[in-house]
Order: sequence, then structure tokens, then C-alpha cells
Amino acid sequence: MKYEVVMGLETHVELETKSKIFCSCGGHSEADQPNDCVCPACCGMPGMLPVTNKHAVELAVKAGIMLNCHINQYATFDKKSYYYPDLPCAYQITQWFHPICTDGYVEVPTKYGTSRIGIKQIHMEEDAGKLVHDDWADVSYVDFNRTSVPLIEIVSRPDFRSAEEVLNYLEKLKAMFRFGGISECEEGAMRCDVNISICPEGSEELGVRSEIKNMSSLTAIERAIKYEVARHIDALERHTETLVQETRRWDDIKNRTFAMRNKETAADYRYFPDPNLMPIVVDDEWLASIREHMPATIEEKTAEYTDMGLSAQDIASLVSERKLCDIFDAVVADGRKPGDTAAWILTDCAGILRRSGKVIGELNIAPDDLSYIIGAVDEGKINRNVGKKVLSAVIEKGVSPEQYIKEQALDAKVDESLLLETVQKVLATETKAVGDYLGGKTKALQSLFGSCMKALRGKGDPAVIRELLEKEIEKLR
Amino acid sequence: MEYFVTEIDRDGTVAVDDTILIKDYETKAGSHILDGFVPLFSGDAVERLLGAGYAVRGKTHTGEFGLDIAGETSYHGVCRKADGTLSTAAAEAVAAGVVRQALCVDVNGAPRRGAALSGVDFLKPTYGTVSRYGIIPTACSGEQVGVCAGDAESVKELLAVIAGHDGKDGTSLPAASYDYTADKTIAGLKIAVVQEYYDAAADEIKARLDAYIASLKEADAEVTMISLPDAKAYATAWQIMLSAETCNNISRYDGVKFGYRTPTYKDIDELYVNSRTEGLGFTAKANVLYGSDVLSKNQYLRCYDKSLRIRRLASEKMKEVFAAYDAVLCPVMRTASVEAYDTADTFERTQQELLFTAVPSLTGIPAMVTGGVQLWSAAFGESTLLSIAKAMEGRADK
Ligand SMILES: [Zn+2]
Repeated sequence: MKYEVVMGLETHVELETKSKIFCSCGGHSEADQPNDCVCPACCGMPGMLPVTNKHAVELAVKAGIMLNCHINQYATFDKKSYYYPDLPCAYQITQWFHPICTDGYVEVPTKYGTSRIGIKQIHMEEDAGKLVHDDWADVSYVDFNRTSVPLIEIVSRPDFRSAEEVLNYLEKLKAMFRFGGISECEEGAMRCDVNISICPEGSEELGVRSEIKNMSSLTAIERAIKYEVARHIDALERHTETLVQETRRWDDIKNRTFAMRNKETAADYRYFPDPNLMPIVVDDEWLASIREHMPATIEEKTAEYTDMGLSAQDIASLVSERKLCDIFDAVVADGRKPGDTAAWILTDCAGILRRSGKVIGELNIAPDDLSYIIGAVDEGKINRNVGKKVLSAVIEKGVSPEQYIKEQALDAKVDESLLLETVQKVLATETKAVGDYLGGKTKALQSLFGSCMKALRGKGDPAVIRELLEKEIEKLR
Repeated sequence: MEYFVTEIDRDGTVAVDDTILIKDYETKAGSHILDGFVPLFSGDAVERLLGAGYAVRGKTHTGEFGLDIAGETSYHGVCRKADGTLSTAAAEAVAAGVVRQALCVDVNGAPRRGAALSGVDFLKPTYGTVSRYGIIPTACSGEQVGVCAGDAESVKELLAVIAGHDGKDGTSLPAASYDYTADKTIAGLKIAVVQEYYDAAADEIKARLDAYIASLKEADAEVTMISLPDAKAYATAWQIMLSAETCNNISRYDGVKFGYRTPTYKDIDELYVNSRTEGLGFTAKANVLYGSDVLSKNQYLRCYDKSLRIRRLASEKMKEVFAAYDAVLCPVMRTASVEAYDTADTFERTQQELLFTAVPSLTGIPAMVTGGVQLWSAAFGESTLLSIAKAMEGRADK
């Protein structure tokens, strides 16, 4: 018999904000040690009150716009009660009654074309802390660094029919959110629950549903789905077990799912609106300003760069990282030529980073600095090789390009007298080569030129030096 | 008579109840479960009064999380009046002249009842005018810091110090400060007396109200009897929200992070259960049970959600009342004094008293106790309440 797999996803994504959702602590990524990034509020000390981080709301709204959702202009924060040592207040603030976004969709590429996956809702919530178990000493420690980090939970409709669709959906969200500045989507910052059931193809009746909780790697998700599908089919065809609606967890080492204890799942969360947080009212003005400041999508950027005349390969490299686009856009906006700028970023910057074992995604340069260097080369203030040298100093040592050029006397124009002096000195000392040249061995000029360059230690424009050299040597005839 | 859980400065003129945090001083809200909890910061109201040059004499006893009639459920023991009847430590300290003023958190009306029992004034201001930052939370949607003092002028003076916007409290209203006066003219004010509350009071309280009404009339105020047919529903709604929110807020005291931890446990479940069993008193437990029930999946719509709707209806009703009247006059509690009683009756007894105090907590309007009676006004009508109180206090002094 052929079966149809029906899946729905709940995906948690950490929002890229400077501070936590209800207090002013920075994100947990800044923390070195457990409980480095906590305050009385996110530790649940009585007396502290939550204050909503407006930026988190904006990011959630942006995510909703990206996923074609309806933005609810009235949304609430609600309390979800349960006891767990990593939850300091014994309640989590989430959106139960009025989520911020509802009814959207996302187009996901598959082998067979494009699938449209429905989005039921996106709601905001705070993350919980983390327990660290020391089995050796038989104790558990609590780390609140992650407590109150803003999350959005994207609840899809049960529109997935294959593991491929699930993975492509997650890849798509990840690319979209990274590019749109919603989330870095780093390891562990995107977590997923998969609801799964199977039924005979064409059947109207849905099968028994199981939910696999809290997976963060794509390979684990794929393997867990395959395992569950096989388990369900075995149960239906070979009666290996009776399926019940339950919550399961994936064990990556044993390569199978396990039912979670009933106690962990059968809670009454006693939801109610949080009286400490006023409902979120996204008025027309605010919504319009968020829409106006929507970051460009990967598709829009690609079209824009194509119009500028960039090559498909350069475009692909630039849009792989939002940061590169930001640097590129700022430099071009400063008046530099798009093709040149792309080459400076993708060839020169990339090369410098590669030398120290880094990748282009790690590029950290102020657009103003890059633009200054490109400008200096264009204006002939320095030559391109010197430009590269300045660029490495800027990337590796964080120097200011303008100051560096001045300090190292790299400016071609300012030091024409120095160039002349050097050329004359070389001609005066290397009499043999001069004689050879004047005697007709034109190749000897190359060695004289090399000596000049060496004496100048890379300073000065090679074309200017060569010109000076030719002029001065003719005077000796 | 021991008023203070902790004495801070013998020259201080203001008492602060043990539900409000003062940095570096153990704060327990009258509960064993907060043993050893020393806050890292002070309440905003405390910061403001210290900033204005006041000094805090000490932290006064409160009933556990302020959930009882008048402070009798404190883990530290009961504060009694000289005759053995009950009142709050803060009101008694003011009445005895130990301090000029006191800050008290009003959750279920206990500081209002204390003021009436000790014969002093207490004003619970409009919700959102005084920051709730730094108070041990119980029922966040209605709790407010109020001022207890010997007369209306002294209440006004301290209220002006502690009221004003605080960015640390998401429910704080935007005005940076408020100008209060106690000198508005009383003549011509329209005052409503609620039939349902009047009828529910004991004879001694009816007599007190009658006398107050007579004085108001002598001062040329206009007094009218009105009806609030849903008075009981308002009280029930507030009881439901109060218990639900309290249950949720005190869940954090689980023996894991701070406060009391049981010495006997085998695993995390026993740690929770034993710490809470040993650390919470009867009234707190009763509120936890009642609160969990009204929030449960099966009861939510029938209880909590309905209470939210009743809250809206009550607000609309009060707007209607205050469109026609300047103030409402009603009892603070059923009787003029309270004898010590069996702890097992606290929940039921406080629930009965809630009839008189629920509406201001439920709808956020200000309420003032003066001369053993209670006055309400529309939101931001504190000056009307202070002026009536001051005028009547002046007449009584003559
Ligand atoms: Zn924090």
C-alpha cells in the first residue's frame, strides 16, 4: 500500500536583538561563562517588571511580512505556567491568545516544482535557561544566559509531504532570516518540533499523530522523520505496536525516537494574559514604517546587482552574506564603481582573509575605509599594489587607511622628489647596468627598475618610476 | 508593640511595608518562603522618597503577601492593637506617632482596613500613577503602592513624592508627576452612597456612615443613594483575578533559587513540594489552590475570562457613576473592629471583606480611607478625595 506522510512544523528562531526581550541584558552570545549575561529581571527576582523590547516586536513583524502573514495590530503577551528549574519565574511569557502574525505562506522549491507551505501563525516568546548536568558529581547546574532571549515560533500548517520539503523549508527560512537580519540562525538558534502522521494515499482520515520535539540539526530532522515514517508504517502493516498520540524525542546516538514520559508532556499550562505587559498595538504608522524599512530580499538584491552589470558569480558570492551586501552597497553609494568594488571585496579582501585562514563571511571592514582605498587608487594617489597593502593593514591591524598612507609615505604624488632622488641614486651606483643599457642592452633597464623598487620598498607608482627612470637615463647619454 | 520587621533608621519618619523592596534589607512580604531574600535594588517609590530627603524608619509587618484582613497572617507573628483586636503594623505605627507616614501595597484592601481599624488615613492612588517596580508581586493587575498618614495633608505630601512615570514598569502611566491638592471646595460636590454596600455593613458602621453623610450635608455637599446591582459579581471577579495572579506570581518561590529551601528532599519534585508546603502559610496556599483552579483549562472561560469581562463592565459602570457624581461613599469593612480568629477561616473571611474594597482594585480607580469610611473617585480624582477628607477632618477637629 502507498502512504501519504502529513507533517507540520513548529520552528523556534532566536531573534537578532541587542538585548533580551524583557530586560536590558545583552544576548547570551556575549556571555563567556554561565550566568554572565543575567540581571534580576531574567533571574525571576521578585520586584522586577518586564518591559517589552520594541526591536524584537519589529523583527517579529518583519518575519511575518517575509512569510506573507497578516500582521495583527493588537497582540498580547500571555503567561504559560510550568515548573522546571531552568524557568526562573515558573512561567514563560509567550503569545497564546493574540499572536503577532497569522495566516501566511512560504514558497519552497522541491524536485517537482514549488510547494506552498501555509503558516498558521508566528508568535513571540522568551527562551528558557539551560540545565547543565554533572553526572560525575550527580548535581545539576542552572545557566540563565539564554533566559528571556527573544524567540519567534513559526507554526506551519500540516502541508509537508516529504522530508525534502521540510529540509528545503528550513533552509529557505534560514537564508531569508539571515539575509533579512531577523536571525543569525547559528547552530542551535533554530529549533524544530515536527508533527507527523501517515495515512493510506487518498484516505480522508488522518493517522495517529506523533510529535518529535526540539531538534536543531537538519540531519537529525531528516533521520528522525525517516525513522518515524518507518515506525508508523510498521505499526500499520505489521502491527509491531499500537500507535498513540504522543510526544517523542530523537536520540541521535541510538538513531531512533523515544516516547517522552507522560509527566513531561501532560501539563495544563494555565495560560492567562500577562497583566504586567500592555497589549502590543502595532498602529498604522508603525506598521507603515516597518514596511518601508523592510530589508531587500535575496531576489531583489540579485536583480539590483544584475542591473549594475555584476557577473552572476559575483552576485551569488555577495548575496551569500548580508554583511557583504551592506559593505558593497555603502561603498557603491559613496561613488565607487560597482564592478571595481565587487572585485576589491571578493578578490582582494577575500585573499587577505584567506591568508589568515578566514572566510569572506568574517570580513569586518568599515565601508568608508574600503571606499577611501578604492578612491585613492582611482585618483592615482596610490597604485593598486600599494592599495592592497593598505587594505591588508586595515583588515589585519585595524588602522585608518588615510593615516597609514601618510605614515608610510605611500602617497605617489607627495613624494615625487623622493622618487627622483632614488632613481638618480640607483643610476649613480649601478654604473655597469647603466653602461649596458646605453650600450644597447635594453633589458638592463628592468634590473635598474627592480633596484629602484627595492630601494623604495614598494612606495610610489611603478608607472611613474619607470617613466622617471627612462627620462633620467637618457640624460646620461 | 513591635511594628517593624527590620528597623533601619531611628530618625526616619516614614515606614515601608515588608512587601516593598529596600536594597540590602531582607524583604519577605510576611512569608517564611522568602527567608533570607535580600534584594539587590529598592522599589521605585522608596528611591523617590529617599531622593526627596525622607528617611525610612523601618520595614513594617505585613500579612503573608498582603492577602489577609489586616496583617494577621504574617510569618513574624500578629500585630495587635492595645485592646487585642487586629490592625496593620503600618497603620498602628502612624496612629501611635512612631512615623508620620507609611507606604503600603494595597492588593486586597488590607491597608485600607488597617487605616479604618487604627483611625488614620490611607489613599490607594489611580493604577499606574505609582510605579510597581520593586514590590513583591501578587496581583499585578490591581496592586498599587499607597500612602498611610494621620491626615489628608500628610497623605498628599508623600503621594506627590512617589507618583510619576517610571520606565521600569510597563504599566506606569506617562505623566512625569502629579499635582495634588486637598483644598478643593466641598460645597456643591455630588456624593453617591451605594445601597448594596450600606446594607451589607454592621449597625456600628451604618451609624458611622450616617454621621459622615450628615457632616457632608452640613458642608453643603449633595448626598444621594445609588445602587450597584452587580457589586457582588465585582468582588468575585477580583477574588478570581487576585488568586490567579498571586498563584502565578508566587510559583517562583520553589526552593531552587532563593528564599526558603526544605532540608528534606530526594529529588526535584520533593524539593518543590516540601519547600512550598513548609514555606507557604495557609492563606497563600488557599489562594494557590483557588488560583490554579480558575486558570485551569476546564475553568478558564467560566472563571478567569469571565472575570476579565466583568472588569470591563465594572469600569464602564464606574465611568457612568462618576459622570453623575464626584465621589462614592461606602464602608471599608463590615465591622469597626476584628478579633483574632482561626487561620483556617482567612480565605473565606477576606473574601467577604472584599465586597467593600474590590472595585478600586479591579478598575484601578483611587480609593481613600478617612474617618473610618471609604471614598472613591474617578481615575485621577485623588484631589477630590483628599479635599473631602481634609474638610471633614477639619469639622471633626472643631
Ligand atoms: Zn536580564
